[in-house]
Amino acid sequence: MPIEMNFMVGGEAGQGVQSVGFLLAKAFTRAGYHVFADQDYESRIRGGHNFFRVRVKDSEVRAIAEPVDVLIALNRESIELHRKELVKGEVIVFDDEKTKEASDRSSIFGVPLSRLAEEKAGNKLMSNTVALGATLGLVGFELSTLDQVLRDHFHKGELAENNVKAARAGYEYAQANFKEMHHIKPIGDGQRMLLNGNESIALGAIAAGCKFIAAYPMTPVTPIMEYMASKARDFDLVVVQPEDEIAAINMVVGAAFAGVRAMTATSGSGFCLMVEGLGLAGITETPIVAVEGQRPGPAVGLPTRTEQGDLQFMLHAHHGEFPRAVLAPATVEDAFWLTVKAFNLAERYQTPVIIMTDHHLASSYTTVNPFDLSEVTIDRGILYSGGDGEYKRHRLTKSGVSPRAFPGQEGVLVATDADEHDEAGHLTEDADMRAKQVQKRLRKLFGLKNDISPPRLEGSRKAETMLIGWGSTYGALHESMTILRKEGKDVNLLHFSELWPFPAEAVADVLDRACFSYVVENNATGQLARLIRAETGREVSGRILKFDGHPFTPAYIVEQAKKEGC
Amino acid sequence: MATTAEGLPQIAWCPGCGNFGILRAVNQALGDLGIPPHRVLMVSGIGQAGKLPHYTKCNVLNMLHGRTLPAASAAKIVNPELTVIAVGGDGDGYGEGGNHFIHAARRNHDITYLVHDNQVYGLTKGQASPTSDRGFPTKTSLEGAWSPMNPIALAIASGASFVARGFAGDVEHLASLIKAGIQHKGFALIDILQPCVSFNHLNTYAWYRERVYKLEETDYDADDKLVSFQKAQEWGERIPIGIIYQKLLPTFGGQLPALQKGPLVKQEIEPRRAQKLLDEFL
Repeated sequence: MPIEMNFMVGGEAGQGVQSVGFLLAKAFTRAGYHVFADQDYESRIRGGHNFFRVRVKDSEVRAIAEPVDVLIALNRESIELHRKELVKGEVIVFDDEKTKEASDRSSIFGVPLSRLAEEKAGNKLMSNTVALGATLGLVGFELSTLDQVLRDHFHKGELAENNVKAARAGYEYAQANFKEMHHIKPIGDGQRMLLNGNESIALGAIAAGCKFIAAYPMTPVTPIMEYMASKARDFDLVVVQPEDEIAAINMVVGAAFAGVRAMTATSGSGFCLMVEGLGLAGITETPIVAVEGQRPGPAVGLPTRTEQGDLQFMLHAHHGEFPRAVLAPATVEDAFWLTVKAFNLAERYQTPVIIMTDHHLASSYTTVNPFDLSEVTIDRGILYSGGDGEYKRHRLTKSGVSPRAFPGQEGVLVATDADEHDEAGHLTEDADMRAKQVQKRLRKLFGLKNDISPPRLEGSRKAETMLIGWGSTYGALHESMTILRKEGKDVNLLHFSELWPFPAEAVADVLDRACFSYVVENNATGQLARLIRAETGREVSGRILKFDGHPFTPAYIVEQAKKEGC
Repeated sequence: MATTAEGLPQIAWCPGCGNFGILRAVNQALGDLGIPPHRVLMVSGIGQAGKLPHYTKCNVLNMLHGRTLPAASAAKIVNPELTVIAVGGDGDGYGEGGNHFIHAARRNHDITYLVHDNQVYGLTKGQASPTSDRGFPTKTSLEGAWSPMNPIALAIASGASFVARGFAGDVEHLASLIKAGIQHKGFALIDILQPCVSFNHLNTYAWYRERVYKLEETDYDADDKLVSFQKAQEWGERIPIGIIYQKLLPTFGGQLPALQKGPLVKQEIEPRRAQKLLDEFL
């Protein structure tokens, strides 16, 4: 019998919702299970209502599911808000000495969280850890694994031991007072990583040799710079938090021009400020990597929620014409490998590369097999190693790529300009040179296009109905397709994680084989559908859209697809 | 494109422009210090001043309007072996790039910042700048420019560790200031009074000559922040030129652990080192 359980932790900001959710996910990871966890929080530090969902399976899981098996309610509001999401035979873990729960249902598990935390760990703030222990006690989880998770997480010492005591108190209380609802045995050896999209991008950047990141804190991507800052000392990185996003991207251009791999990270509205710098990288042919973590806009929008509303913006940001690559990782693994690829593409083509994520991918945790670092290749592009005559940074070449040299290199002077420039990088207004430099830069698109991978096609090569998506929706779409196919529907999935230059020929070919095609996008207008039409001349049959700030669930997509006639 | 005998672009400034004096002073300073051109990176903005690096032998990063300082700071961080000089005008640095100016000064990056301060927008043909004198009539301020900012006082207040004022009409003196700025370890602002012969008929060579005096010819002491701040207020009948404030303070690059093993640009990329980090996620 396959095992699947859905946990939800709810409470106010500041009650430790994130902490319990993450530790729950970590515990199941260590026990060998596959985990997908996402978080929903408000733009505040204390109060309000936050929740963290943890889906646990004994096979691969890449999306959240709506029905909740166990609700860990750190306050009364969580019960009120989420009771409707509970499935039959539901379980609620809550503090029965603080919250008077009127229900007489047997599945209500009242645990004196606060009192046990005070009595056993000497600190009632650890009531969230008591709840964690109680929850794992209800499912007969192996206690030693939980102890180890807590000790690793709290870096041993007194804090760790007190958390172990708090968790044990909850665990023992649950075991003594309630009947186990499940008995979760460890499976496998637990050798999977548990990480989120932000962490994966940061790891990818470090593995790819990024030495410099300048970024202004902004949800949802701040953890990228925070993680890199925490490793700066050991990995010889420089992390700068400048005065604004404008400074950030211009710093990145300066660092990359001087010779290191450099990146920035921001969200959509921060990117608005960076746009001028993006074009600067384009005309000066400076390789930069920019991570754009989407959240619902425009302007401040919903700062802590998710959306895919920036695709057309990333394709077109800036005036004038220059080559760029736009990548949109579908999964946590993708986030790592596409970050590595972004640095290689940027240097190979000496132009900006954008990595689009969104709040959902950035902050959701997934279990993945450890990345194989021997697969990481570093391609710094064509470097200048002497030659005939004077060095010219923007020498006209067939591929459009000119050998790169760096300031400080003996015998070489490197010049470039945000103005149109001649081959030597000096300002020019010569019409012929202007046209030649524009063509040279745009020629790089031919090479770049060959390096862009076509979209994933899953299910079957030819199906009656094709679901189409991009970026973080992959997990939900993959599961939707699986559900529909099990129900006998002829459905396949076309999913993009590399969007520009657009692989038009491959897409046109696949689209022509489907009778019906539906884009599924976390935005209000179907921006991928528009891109497909612009690049292939093909119109999709319909759009399944969601723009309320929340991610898709497989159940929602299945329901909508059926409404469309699937 | 038309070039000079040295292979540099033909100069596109107005005849008599104060920029010529600044260019001569830059060349003299770099020559006197004996820094080879390949070790010099000049990062400039947009406006007539932004063209200067193209007219001398050095590495050039001609940036966007107002964005010189972030790029110059970052280039210095990743390769401290470079002598990094940022160049821009008053509109570029004090208007468009004003926020960068405050924070680059605050962080005390080890770069030299030359501001060609002609108190007017030249390349866009004569509009008011952040430093235009009060009452100076322009096409966009017919009743006269409004209150000017004080870049010297702002730099001192923001934490710059070297703040000086030069005059494009006194090349020798300006060259000595530029040399001192380059040799100073930290953020060095040199605000340069630069007559604009086309659009500023108020602050002319003669106007400045009547007013400027050299601080080093007085008993002025530049290492007291409050005294310097007071000196920074002096403008009008008499205008001080020279080093107004100088103090050795820790630089931004100096406190970065990553730079202890040498310039970042010289460090090898070793993907496998990240294994230790991956293991932390197990």
